[in-house]
Amino acid sequence: MAKVLVVTSGKGGVGKTTTTAALGAALAKAGQSVVLVDFDVGLRNLDLVMGAERRVVFDLINVIQGDANLAQALIKDKRVDTLSLLPASQTRDKDALTPEGVAKVIADLSKKFDWVICDSPAGIERGAQMAMHHADMAVIVTNPEVSSVRDSDRIIGMLDSTTEKAKAGEKMEKFLLITRYDPQRAARGDMLGTDDVLEILSIPLLGIIPESPDVLKASNVGAPVTIAEPESAPARAYTEAARRLMGEKVEVTIPTERKGLFDWLFRRRVA
Amino acid sequence: MTFLSSIFKRRSSAPVARDRLQILLAHERIAVGDGKDDLLAKLHREIMEVIKRHVAVDQDKVQIKMDRGAQCSVLEIDVEVPGLTDRPENAKKS
Repeated sequence: MAKVLVVTSGKGGVGKTTTTAALGAALAKAGQSVVLVDFDVGLRNLDLVMGAERRVVFDLINVIQGDANLAQALIKDKRVDTLSLLPASQTRDKDALTPEGVAKVIADLSKKFDWVICDSPAGIERGAQMAMHHADMAVIVTNPEVSSVRDSDRIIGMLDSTTEKAKAGEKMEKFLLITRYDPQRAARGDMLGTDDVLEILSIPLLGIIPESPDVLKASNVGAPVTIAEPESAPARAYTEAARRLMGEKVEVTIPTERKGLFDWLFRRRVA
Repeated sequence: MTFLSSIFKRRSSAPVARDRLQILLAHERIAVGDGKDDLLAKLHREIMEVIKRHVAVDQDKVQIKMDRGAQCSVLEIDVEVPGLTDRPENAKKS
């Protein structure tokens, strides 16, 4: 039985899609079979970040409405063969995401894959609720910035009250992923530190992704950063986060660009 | 002197962000958790109902200030009460 994971945040632009692609690819590279499901109906972008935008024929809504079956709609990644993508519809209305339809698609995907990773749209409305509804676990993507932290707090509240797991009285596993982190600015006291964000949101830390030009470079060429630049600092942080998702105990550090002794010295422990 | 003190006294912004968030979220969690609006909003509504029962209140002449703090919150309602002779009709009946 697959693990159903939702990548969510409330706020837009914090790195949900980047994270979905990077974590999914890292899990797939570790030998897991992974499907990434884009729930952002009308504003899909996971296909673009994955470099599969020209291969989309059918989408999630087509599958829900019975116009296509899952095998026809799934796009297999050309670089990692255990990685697949189910794109969102770009033209349809998000009301086409029916609870029954979504439930059936998630149940069918759970039989075929080890991991079903749902990329949530921003906001707290239908698309976001559908993306989180069937999840077993959640990765909350947060920037060290006040509006992102506030929205994450709201999303954590929703994960604990509106999801299937919550309604069944079970506990949703939630993990915090801090993205776009700048250790120098945090050290100067001009950016919320990881300990501040952790204290406020009080959920376990999955990882800290440092701000890096490699993330944009990877999306420019249509590849998850863990495939495009696997040795870069953000890719190493995502790969370690993926190992933690698989249950490994890996100490959380902030990877820096590998330049020399100086950087090695500053690869400090944080949690 | 002012240059040096400005360097040493410069307060970094992250602690300010943390404190603001902690106060804000303490209030928001209560509000969302109950599915109702928070106590201050309720007090405001009910106080205004009581005042309206006795005097005609012009909404434009009501000033409301709210300051949500960590230890205590302040709700300040400033109502300009017109001459006590011109009561609304329904106030006389009751």
